[in-house]
Amino acid sequence: MPITPTIKKEHLIKLAGNGKRADERKFDEYRKIEIETDVVLKAEGSAKVKIGNTQVIAGIKMDVGEPYPDTPEEGVMTTAAELIPMASPDFEAGPPREAAIELARVVDRGIRESKIIEVEKLCIEPNEKVWIIFIDIHIIDYDGNLFDAASLAALAALMTTKVPAERFELGENYLLPLKEPPISCTSAKYNGVVVMDPSLDEEEIAEARLTVATDTNGDIRAMQKGLNGSFNVDEIKKVIKVSIDNGKKIREQLYKSVGK
Amino acid sequence: MKSDVKLFENGKRMDGRKPDELRKIKIEAGVLHRAEGSCYLEWGGNKVLVAVYGPREAVPRHTQNPLRAIVNARYNMAAFSVDDRKRPGPDRRSREISKVISEALENAILVEKYPRASIDVNIEVLDAEAGTRCAGLTAAAVALIDAGIPMKDIPVACAAGKIEDQVVLDLGKEEDNYGAADLPVAISPRTGEVLLLQMDGHLTMEEFDKALDMAIKGCHTVSELQKKAIMEKYESSNKGGE
Amino acid sequence: MSDEKREIVIPSQLLGDVNSKKAGRGTFIENGKIYSEILGILNKNQEYINVIPLKGIYDPARNDLVIGVVIEAMSSSWLVDINAAYPALLHVNEVPWDVDFGETEKYLNTGDTVMAKISQVDQEKKIQVTLNDRNLYKIKGGQIINVEPSKVPRIIGKKGSMIALLKKYTKCRLFVGQNGRIWIDGTDEGVIKVKDTIKMIEEEALSYGLTNKIEDLLKKDAKDVH
Repeated sequence: MPITPTIKKEHLIKLAGNGKRADERKFDEYRKIEIETDVVLKAEGSAKVKIGNTQVIAGIKMDVGEPYPDTPEEGVMTTAAELIPMASPDFEAGPPREAAIELARVVDRGIRESKIIEVEKLCIEPNEKVWIIFIDIHIIDYDGNLFDAASLAALAALMTTKVPAERFELGENYLLPLKEPPISCTSAKYNGVVVMDPSLDEEEIAEARLTVATDTNGDIRAMQKGLNGSFNVDEIKKVIKVSIDNGKKIREQLYKSVGK
Repeated sequence: MKSDVKLFENGKRMDGRKPDELRKIKIEAGVLHRAEGSCYLEWGGNKVLVAVYGPREAVPRHTQNPLRAIVNARYNMAAFSVDDRKRPGPDRRSREISKVISEALENAILVEKYPRASIDVNIEVLDAEAGTRCAGLTAAAVALIDAGIPMKDIPVACAAGKIEDQVVLDLGKEEDNYGAADLPVAISPRTGEVLLLQMDGHLTMEEFDKALDMAIKGCHTVSELQKKAIMEKYESSNKGGE
Repeated sequence: MSDEKREIVIPSQLLGDVNSKKAGRGTFIENGKIYSEILGILNKNQEYINVIPLKGIYDPARNDLVIGVVIEAMSSSWLVDINAAYPALLHVNEVPWDVDFGETEKYLNTGDTVMAKISQVDQEKKIQVTLNDRNLYKIKGGQIINVEPSKVPRIIGKKGSMIALLKKYTKCRLFVGQNGRIWIDGTDEGVIKVKDTIKMIEEEALSYGLTNKIEDLLKKDAKDVH
């Protein structure tokens, strides 16, 4: 468990009282985002995303298998995240703990609820064979805001995924058909101040966290509030609005990086 | 492992290499922000990322050695690094590889300087194509130096093998799958001592001598690349004069 | 203005032999030959071959002044993180207050920051610190930045010249711990100037003439401030 020096906490709070953040960003401003695709050749799709110093790699693998009994004509999607020990001196090796599980499930919900993956198009033989998409997220450098970095990496990887039809003798490989991507934006609250894209220092003193995934229409697709503090309703509404605005900008950058 | 895959054609291997030719290797030191030391390495189709933390007090306490640091190398393959997605988590193969790599690295690290501490080496294989343990160990050595860990040498690894009765250097993917023997070797390049040695397949004594010799020569070539990578990282901050 | 580059050496690099020089810090001897054991800068003088580390965690030495963060208050001592491989112990006898058994939390608690001195490092690397000295105390206010411990000598400068420059031109209060933690307190602009300057020192630590370069930069900005 990392100990946050009291001085550091007091300093961040003092800055926040003056409308400032330690790295001189505005409250609703993101750090530099870098998106690189096709970083892993064995994967059907892959991407590396950097937000500030946080780095995440996502890989997409596909396989053919049985559909779930209640959705016999839909493809299957599953998301896993690993907070590997490389990313932080505080991450231990071992089976995923709640933080990794929450991360995977929140990223999964954002993607699933946006219907970006057209699961009906992934049916090969109803009741028998469908495409299965494995999204695996590897956090390799932790400097705050894993939710957004992981989500963006998963999206960039999906948007450059080639369905490996040839390997299964189902025709030629083709680009995975997708709809519009949802963008996830995370905010953290400390001492009554709410900031977007929290840095590691800000996360260490955060009382509450809110992730909002929005689509191209500015509609909400997924939300997750974390940590044991609270938000009031006004704060939540403000966060949603800022998430929609930032979401638009980030989506544009995402499109550019996958060559759309 | 019989098949009708032809591993040799006109004296050249499937990927066009000569019998004693290495795949293309690229090494970069200091690529991560949080880790004390790190290294990214590409070797043929392999992509490996290594992070080093420590020395730091070993936990849990009962693992501490009062006289020296313990070296924990953890080799792991990412789920997306192989053809058929691998279930996340260490399997028996990964744990064995972790052990032999830890032992090789321990030999070179001056562990007596850090009693009760651990030096944690995380090796992630992001893209796998035969020879991942050699790539992992080679990158780990660079990451250790990048972390400022005191060492008496820089371990380096390379494999040799046998395909269709020919001893060759640095097996590629199909060669590893359909070949007759695989011999990964790690050495301490300054002294020439062997720190890691594994073999599976079938080799006559003569073939073994040849393969070992080839692998060690390969190690020395790769050793120069390790040193170059470190100097490249640190020379750039060495602006002499004004 | 010398063209001489500082030579960077790596572990296992041959530096000399015991017949001509003595093996200094950062080196080891094998079969009469002297080798580097770390990544660092070669430093040869009349008698010794030394290697100054370019990287690496803080290696505590007796009498070092450090900035520590309290991890835990125990019944008659505190465990303090000093950014080394091991935490340090601060005993109630080593603080300027009269602390009763079990009352340690009243004086120092988890997260508190202190300026301390390393009083002892034993063979098993068990480290003890003390606050019993002038200029050692619990820190209030200001902020702390982290630098590579190997860069600290550069930030302090020859006989404290660099740190004196920083204090003079930014009017900030400054304390540089040997363990790579630096405490800064001052006006917003002053603090930013200190941080930027330290960043520059970190990046150009190996250049010659750095002190003059920094002084010129600080002088120039100081004129604009007033």
